[in-house]
Parts: sequence; structure tokens; C-alpha cells
Amino acid sequence: MNELLAQWTYFGMALGLGCYFFALWIQKKCRLSVLNPLLISTVLIILLLWIFHVDYETFDMGAQYITYFLTPATICLAVPLYKQFQVLRKNVAAILAGVLAGSISHGFVIVGMAALCKMEPELMVSLLPKSITTAIALGTCEELGGISGITIVGTLVAGLLGAILGPAMLKWFWIKEPVAQGLCIGTASHAIGTSKMIEMGEVQGAMSSLAIVVNGLITVVSAPVFAAVFG
Amino acid sequence: MKYVKQFMIIMGVSFLGEMLHSLLPLPVPASIYGLLILFMLLMAGILKLEQIEETSEFFLAVMPLLFLSPSVSLITVMDKVMGAFVPVVGTIVVSTVITTAVTGIVTQSVMKLLGDRKRIKAKEKENNE
Repeated sequence: MNELLAQWTYFGMALGLGCYFFALWIQKKCRLSVLNPLLISTVLIILLLWIFHVDYETFDMGAQYITYFLTPATICLAVPLYKQFQVLRKNVAAILAGVLAGSISHGFVIVGMAALCKMEPELMVSLLPKSITTAIALGTCEELGGISGITIVGTLVAGLLGAILGPAMLKWFWIKEPVAQGLCIGTASHAIGTSKMIEMGEVQGAMSSLAIVVNGLITVVSAPVFAAVFG
Repeated sequence: MKYVKQFMIIMGVSFLGEMLHSLLPLPVPASIYGLLILFMLLMAGILKLEQIEETSEFFLAVMPLLFLSPSVSLITVMDKVMGAFVPVVGTIVVSTVITTAVTGIVTQSVMKLLGDRKRIKAKEKENNE
């Protein structure tokens, strides 16, 4: 099966788009936010690859061309940010205080949980950059000598949690200001959480994009410090 | 024609971001350099919003799909995660929830605090007059 499919470049792309379209259809029918399209299609593809003994590389041969558009799409987050610049300027103190507090407490929670679970330092440093966008997280993980696979899992789960549980979390913690809503999901759940915030509203989407950039910059500086002190 | 131009601009900025990424020795990915470049071009008025609007809307709308292949790559690290499943996943979940709560609550409180202070000042001014 794997040898046969490996000949076809468009196999991965067709499977990926097909499963994602199916997942969108399911969500439209059921209207449950737990049925996040990215989560459903990921689980579906993993199951299919596993059942038919197809390698990830065979799938990625076609699917990687979808991933190529991640960089231009991330760049386009500048557009909502530009449209909402007045909101950003008006709340600059609150925004910086919020992201800084969130980012630093994230570091302490990781260090604390690692001590509690007697986690190996290698695992701990791999989780330190997990709230920032995958590309920066991987770079930081490598600098710290972590395991990149763990960082990928961390960023993925953090992102999906924000996309799926995000609206519920905003309710639990009484976060009602659109600026604070976008900012906190972007700080904890980077671009995947942001894709949900874009659906919620333009202010949320813009603030979430801003949080990716600000938290990315803070974490690049703070993660090595956490790793050196507690690693 | 319109879409070719919009696509060209966005891809051009992606290329600039990529160049900066390989020229500068910072651990900043090409996409973040690109985001900052595009933001500055828009702010400076060099680029008008209309020149990229439809294409950027398209990219933002399909964004979750673009994470599909990295998500499926989970399959390749499954055994590593399975070895320490509970602590790793527990740490991820707890830290994500706490980070969301702290950021949201701090931002909202500071906004309220500064807003209140402004209102009090405005009132004092009113009373003095």
C-alpha cells in the first residue's frame, strides 16, 4: 500500500483536503465546538494512515504543499492588527502587562509541574516554548537542547485547547473585554487559538495575533533563563 | 490581474521575511519578520489595504487547514509521548488554562483600572470648573 501511494504526489493533498472538508461538514451538522475541524481531520488521517500502514512521509509528500502557505498566512495576521491599531494604541499598557504576566506565569507553571512530576529536564525544556507559534517554538527548543517532537505535541495540544475550550475558558474566568479575550487565547494558544478568535470577532482576532508576536518575543528571551535556573 | 498582484505582494513579503531570517542570527521565524514588515508597510502607507485585502482574507479563512500536516506529524512522535503521557499532557493542559486565565484577568483588570482613573480625572476636572 505504502509503495503504491508513495508514487502519487497528490495523494496526501487530496486526503488532507478531503478529511478537512468532511470535518467541516460534520461541525456544520452538529454545531459542537468540541468537534474542531482540525482535531477531527487530524484524528481521521492518523487512523487511516495507521489502518492502511501508510507512512507519515508518504502523506506529507503531498500535504507539505498545504503547509507551505503557513508562512504567508501568518504574515496576513498583520491585516487585522493594522485594522485594529487604534484599539492596540489605546490599551498598550494593559496589553503589555497581560501578556507579560501570562508568559511568565506559564514558565513557572511548567517548572512547577515538572518538579511535581519529577520530569526529566529534557522534557521540561521542550515544554517551555510550547505556548508560542510552532516555528518559533521549534527554534527555541533546539537552542535549549529539547526534544522537538515533544515541543510539537505541546504546541499542538495548547493550540487545540484554545480553539476548542477557548470560548468556555473565557466564560469560566469572566473575561468579557474583547481585547482581553483575544489577547489571552493568543498568549496561551498561538495561531491555532487565533484562528478561533478570528471567527469570534475582528478585535479578538487582531489582539490574538498581537499576542502571538509579543509572547513569541518574550518567550525567546525568558525560556533560556527558566531553563538555566531550573533545568 | 488583481489576485495575481495581491498574491505577488504577500509572497514577496514572505520572501523578504525568509531573507531576514537567514541573514539575522536571531531565533525569529520568517513568518514573524514578514508579519512585522507587512504591518509597517501598511502603517507607513506604502501599501494600501485594498492592495492585499481579498487574498489576506482568504489566507486567514483557511488558516486552520494549514496546520493539518504538522498536526498529523504527531504520529511520528507517538511512542515518545506515550512513555510520559500523563505528566506531559497534564503539564500542557494545566499551563494552557493558567496562562489563559492570568493573561485575560490581568489585561481586563489593568484596562478597568486605567479606565476608572481616567473617568475620575475627568470628573474632578468637571467639578473644578
